[in-house]
Amino acid sequence: MDRIPSGMRFFVFMKLIVNGEFFETSNAGTITDLLNELSIDPGQVAVEVNLSIIRKSDHSTFRLHEGDKVEIVNFVGGG
Amino acid sequence: MQGSKGVRNMDDNLIIRGIEFESRLWVGTGKYKDFNETKMAIEASGADVVTVAVRRVNIIDRKSENLLDYIDPGKYKILPNTAGCYTVEDALRYARLAREAGISDLIKLEVIGDEKTLFPDTWGLLQATEILAKEGFIVLPYTNDDPIMAKRLADAGAAAIMPLGAPIGSGLGIRNPYNLKIILETVKLPIVVDAGVGTASDAAIAMELGCDAVLINTAIAGAKDPIAMAEAMKHAVIAGRLAYKAGRIPKKLYATASSPIEGML
Repeated sequence: MDRIPSGMRFFVFMKLIVNGEFFETSNAGTITDLLNELSIDPGQVAVEVNLSIIRKSDHSTFRLHEGDKVEIVNFVGGG
Repeated sequence: MQGSKGVRNMDDNLIIRGIEFESRLWVGTGKYKDFNETKMAIEASGADVVTVAVRRVNIIDRKSENLLDYIDPGKYKILPNTAGCYTVEDALRYARLAREAGISDLIKLEVIGDEKTLFPDTWGLLQATEILAKEGFIVLPYTNDDPIMAKRLADAGAAAIMPLGAPIGSGLGIRNPYNLKIILETVKLPIVVDAGVGTASDAAIAMELGCDAVLINTAIAGAKDPIAMAEAMKHAVIAGRLAYKAGRIPKKLYATASSPIEGML
């Protein structure tokens, strides 16, 4: 793999499917990045990537990849 | 002895797997006009348990408010459900997501069998209960009023049994009090009537039978005045519980005079 010259920001546009919608991101490398980009408080959600739940403690290290199916859920009114 | 919240009763708290519940009225959070009405109705009900559903975050409209902005998880026990799940796989998925999103192992487990009746698919429910109980969940399965299935769910590791009084949202009341009575005798777990209550007397009947708690959503949220109905349900559950503990008189066909014969002119 080529080395990235120092001082150069390396942008990668990545296509994800988030909650059933196509979502293109330039800066979401990890789940934490994606939640930040979507302004979602990580405290009250659960995140699933390709049907596997990613624990909150792993959000900052779990790297997303092109085509990943991401589900972000929270609590809503229900009986 | 009644405490400040009305429903609180220090000598008579419901305990499920070490979790102490101050209220025997549990309430749902669905079908309200808005979050403010939800909050006011819950406060009026005196409940300390509220059920919630697990759904996708709205990623398009990020300004939409969150239910938990109105219901403080520090003040209320959040009981997530698996409503809308028709398969064991879906119910397991929603339960695991709920645990990750929330703060406890409590799950109100629903495996629905049919869209029209919303009756539970007890075959799937039993499998899901066993799997989740092994994963450390505190499983509260929504089931029908079948004493045999209640026993099987208890054997599978359920922490409490939640039999329906009538179909969800139907308001038909306690359709089979005799079955509930048999469930109460055969299963040594807390019994929480879930679904079917239409008005205060229905809740009182469930409690008079000896049920440990009642979960109500539609009867409150769908009432003309949900906040007033929430308060009515609070009193009904307290009254029903007290009457159960007090021990009702036997039913007799003929009269027994309340005033003495002695001393009559």
